[in-house]
Amino acid sequence: MADAEDQVIVGLEVHCQLDTKSKLFCGCDTDYRSDGPNTHVCPICLGLPGAMPSLNKKAIEYAMRVAKALNCTVIHESEFSRKNYFYPDLDKAYQITQYDKPLAEGGYLEIESDEGGERKIRLTRIHVEEDPGRLVHMGNVERGKYSLVDYNRAGIPLIEIVSEPDMRSPKEARKFLNKLRATLEYLSVFDSEKEGSLRVDANISIKGNERVEVKNITSYKGVEKALLFEVTRQKNLIRRGQRIERETRHYLEARGVTQSARSKEMENDYRYFPEPDLRPLRVKSWVEGIVLPELPDARRERFIAEYGCSLNHARTLTGELKLANFFEKVVASDPKGLSPLAATWIADTLIGELNYRDMDLDPVDPESFTELVRVLKAGTITDKSGVDVLRVMLDQRLKNETRETPAGIVARLNLAKTDGDTGAITAAIEEAINENLKALEDYRAGKGGALNFLVGQVMKKTRGKADPAELNRMLTDALKKREA
Amino acid sequence: MAERSILFEPDDKYNAFLRVCNKPSYTEGKLAGVAVAVKDNISTRGIETTCASRILKGYVPPYDARAVELLRNAGAAIAGKTNMDEFGMGTTTENSAFGPTLNPCDTGRVPGGSSGGSAAAIAGGMVQMALGTDTGGSIRCPAAFCGIVGLKPSYGRVSRYGLIAYANSLEQIGPMGKSVSDVSTLMEVIAGHDRHDSTTHDRPYTHTPHADIKGLKIGIPQEYFGEGVDPAVADVVKKAIGRLEELGTTTVPCNIPSMKYALAAYYVTCTCEASSNLARFDGVRYGPAADTKRSWHEAYQEVRSAAFGTEVRRRIMLGTFALSSGYYGKYYAKAQVTRENIKADFNRIFKDVDVIAGPTMPTIAFKMKEKSDPLSMYLADILTVPANLAGIPAISVPCGKSEGMPVGLQIMGRMFEDERIVDVAYAYEQAVN
Repeated sequence: MADAEDQVIVGLEVHCQLDTKSKLFCGCDTDYRSDGPNTHVCPICLGLPGAMPSLNKKAIEYAMRVAKALNCTVIHESEFSRKNYFYPDLDKAYQITQYDKPLAEGGYLEIESDEGGERKIRLTRIHVEEDPGRLVHMGNVERGKYSLVDYNRAGIPLIEIVSEPDMRSPKEARKFLNKLRATLEYLSVFDSEKEGSLRVDANISIKGNERVEVKNITSYKGVEKALLFEVTRQKNLIRRGQRIERETRHYLEARGVTQSARSKEMENDYRYFPEPDLRPLRVKSWVEGIVLPELPDARRERFIAEYGCSLNHARTLTGELKLANFFEKVVASDPKGLSPLAATWIADTLIGELNYRDMDLDPVDPESFTELVRVLKAGTITDKSGVDVLRVMLDQRLKNETRETPAGIVARLNLAKTDGDTGAITAAIEEAINENLKALEDYRAGKGGALNFLVGQVMKKTRGKADPAELNRMLTDALKKREA
Repeated sequence: MAERSILFEPDDKYNAFLRVCNKPSYTEGKLAGVAVAVKDNISTRGIETTCASRILKGYVPPYDARAVELLRNAGAAIAGKTNMDEFGMGTTTENSAFGPTLNPCDTGRVPGGSSGGSAAAIAGGMVQMALGTDTGGSIRCPAAFCGIVGLKPSYGRVSRYGLIAYANSLEQIGPMGKSVSDVSTLMEVIAGHDRHDSTTHDRPYTHTPHADIKGLKIGIPQEYFGEGVDPAVADVVKKAIGRLEELGTTTVPCNIPSMKYALAAYYVTCTCEASSNLARFDGVRYGPAADTKRSWHEAYQEVRSAAFGTEVRRRIMLGTFALSSGYYGKYYAKAQVTRENIKADFNRIFKDVDVIAGPTMPTIAFKMKEKSDPLSMYLADILTVPANLAGIPAISVPCGKSEGMPVGLQIMGRMFEDERIVDVAYAYEQAVN
C-alpha cells in the first residue's frame, strides 16, 4: 500500500465510439477509415443550414447495454443538450451531448486491485454524444500554413463513461481501461482495433493537492504512461515545496510527456441548453427488454469451474474476447483432456510470443493450435521443442509463408523426443562426462551445479529432444555408476 | 412523370423576391403548374438560399427542405425565393441585407415580417400562394399587414427539416395565400410526419374547409383589446367578431394572465436558440470565405462581424449572454416555465371555448423606418407570440381596413386543431365576400 501522504487519486472520463453501422443522427456509414476525407457525410453530419438530427436507436440500445453491464441505473427520461463552442472541427459550432439528464448514472466496474483481489471502481454516469470531425494540420499546428478538416468522423456515436476518483495508481487506471474494453467487446458494441475508437481524459491528484486534468490520451498504454509522468511531475513539485496548479494538460503521445494547455481553453463557457430538435429520450420499457450476453467476470468464473483454469489464467484468457473465444475453440474437441495444457500454453506462451512479434491473434487458427497442444500432451516433444514449433508456426503466419502442421514441423526439424532407453542419450551422456571430467569431480565433491551443467551439455548434444526429467534420472544413474 | 415548366416573369415592384426562377419546372399533382414562392430561409436544392443575410451569400443547398420536396411532389413550380428579415429577425422585412420589401397596399409602408416577401408576392398578385415561416408571428403579421391569409400550423404538424433554424422550439413553416382555400390546399401538401424532424407528429392534414360554424364558442381575451392595441384596429376586429356571431357562434370573454410575461419569454427563448443556431456561420464551409491567413478564431470574428446585420448581432449577443454560466436558470429556464404557464392558460380557456379570436397585430402596417427602436418593434409581436410559445395553431384572415390599410383577424385553436381555425377563417371569408 502506498504511503497515505503520497496517495495517488485517479478518475477517468472515457470516450468510446459505439460500433454502429450508421452515425448517431444521420444515415451515413460509420466505416470511414479506409476512405478519403469527407466521403461519409451528408447535410446532417456536415451541419448544413436547416438539417436536423434524428436519433439512431441502435446507438441508444448499445449505450443501454453498456449501462446495464456496468451496473448503472438507466434514467427513464434523459435529454440531449447542446454544448456550444467554436472550433473548426465542430461543424454546427455545438456538440449534441447529454448534460444534466444523462442516459445512466451510478454503476461500477470491478478490477483486480494492485494488492490482489477485486476492487470496485464506482462510475458517475454514462452519456451519449456525437463525435466532432477531425483537423488535419498541414505541417505543424502552430507554424503550418493551413489546416484541413475531415467530417467523416463527425456524428459517430460516442459514449462517455465517467468514473469516480477511485483508482489509486496509473496501473489501476490501465486495468480499469482493459476491463472496460473487454466488457464493451463482450457486448458487441465496440471495436477496440479501430484507430481512435477510444479516447481518455484523466483526472489525477496526489492526496491533499489540486487535481490536474490530462486530456487527449488516445491509447491504452498512453493512459498509464501519461499518468506515471504526472505522478512523477506532481510528486517532484511537492517535494520541492511547490504548489500544484489546478489545470488542464495535454498528453503528447510521441514524447510521453504532458504539457500545460493554454489557460484560455479552460475559460470555455459551453452555454448548455436542451437540444430543441430532439424530444426527450424515454427508454423505460426498452431498457427492461435488453438481455446481456456473458460478461468477462462470469466467463472467468466459468473457465475456472468448467476447464479447471487457475484464477490468473482465467483472468488473462477472459480479459480479451478474442482470446477467450480462441481458448474455447482450441479445447472444444476435448475440453477435459486439453484445457489445462491449452490454458498454460495460450496464457503464458502464446501471448508472450505474439507480443514479441507485435502480432495479432487473428492469423493463428485454433485448429493448428489444438494440434500443437495434442502433440505436447502426447509427450512426444519437450516443452522447449514445443516453443520452437510455435515460433515456426507464428513466423510462417507473420511472413505469409506456407503453413506447416505442428506435426510436420516436428518431423522436419527432427524434434521428436529421444526415447529414454535408446542409445542416443546414453551415448551423449557418456560423451558429456568424458569431455567434462572436471564436472564429474565436482559432482563427486557434492557441488550441485555440476549436475545442471552436465544436463545442459547433454541437451546440447541431443538438440533439446531429451525429456528433461528422464535425462536427469539417466544422468544421475550414469554418474553413480562411475562412482562405483 | 412528364416534367414541364411555366414561364414566371413577375414585375417585382416591391422587392418581394430575392431570386426569381423564370422557368420553373413542375410535374403532375394537386398543385400542377401552380407557382409557389418560398421564403428564403427554406432550403431549396440548386437555388441559392440566404436567409436575406450576407453571411449566406452564394450558398446553394444540396438538398430540399421537406416542405419544398412535398411541394415539388405535388407538382408545384418553385417560383423563387422571397425576401425576409435577416434570419427571420424582424417584424417589417426592413432587416434584409438585400433591401426592404414594400407593402403592395401602400409602398410607403412595410409589408410586415419576417415573411414580408412572401406576403408581398401574394398581395402584389405575383403568386397565388407561398411558404412562410412563423417564429413569433412572421407569417401572420405580414398576412395582416398585406391583406392576405396566413396560417401558423400547430408545432410539429409541418416538418422543419431544411428550414434554416432561428428558434427551433417556436417556429413552423406555414402556408400563405390569397384565400383561406389556398392556404388550406397548401397546408394539405406540406403537413405530416417526417422522420427527419423528430418534433413532427403523425398528424396529416386532409381537410376541405367548410363554412358551417354554428354553435362554436369563441373566446375573446381581454388582453387582445387592451393597452397598446390601436382602438381603430380593435374596432375593425370587433366588427369582424360580430360577423362570426351572426354566423351562429357565441363569444365569451376570457383572460390570459400569463401574457404579460409572453414577450420576455419569447425574446429570451428565441435569442438563446438563435445564438446557438447561428454559430455555425463562420465562413468556412459556405458564405463569404474566411481569411485563411489568420488564425481561425480571428477569421471567424471578422466574418461574423462583417456579414451579420445589426439586429442579428444584437440577438446573438442577447442569447449568448442569457445562456452564459450562471444565467441559464435566470433566463432560459424561467422562460420555459412561462411557456408552461401560457400553455396552462390556453388549456384552461380551451376547456370552455373552441377557438380564440382577436386582432393579429396591434396596429396597421408601420410606415417605412417608423420602428427604428428595437424595443418598440418587439412590442408589436405581443399578440402573435403567445401561439408560438404554446405551440397552438393560429391563422390571420383579412377582416377590413383601418386608414385604408388591411387589418387581420387572428383565430387561435387547440393544439392540432388547425382544421377548426381554418373553418372559422373560411366561414368569415365566405360571409364577407
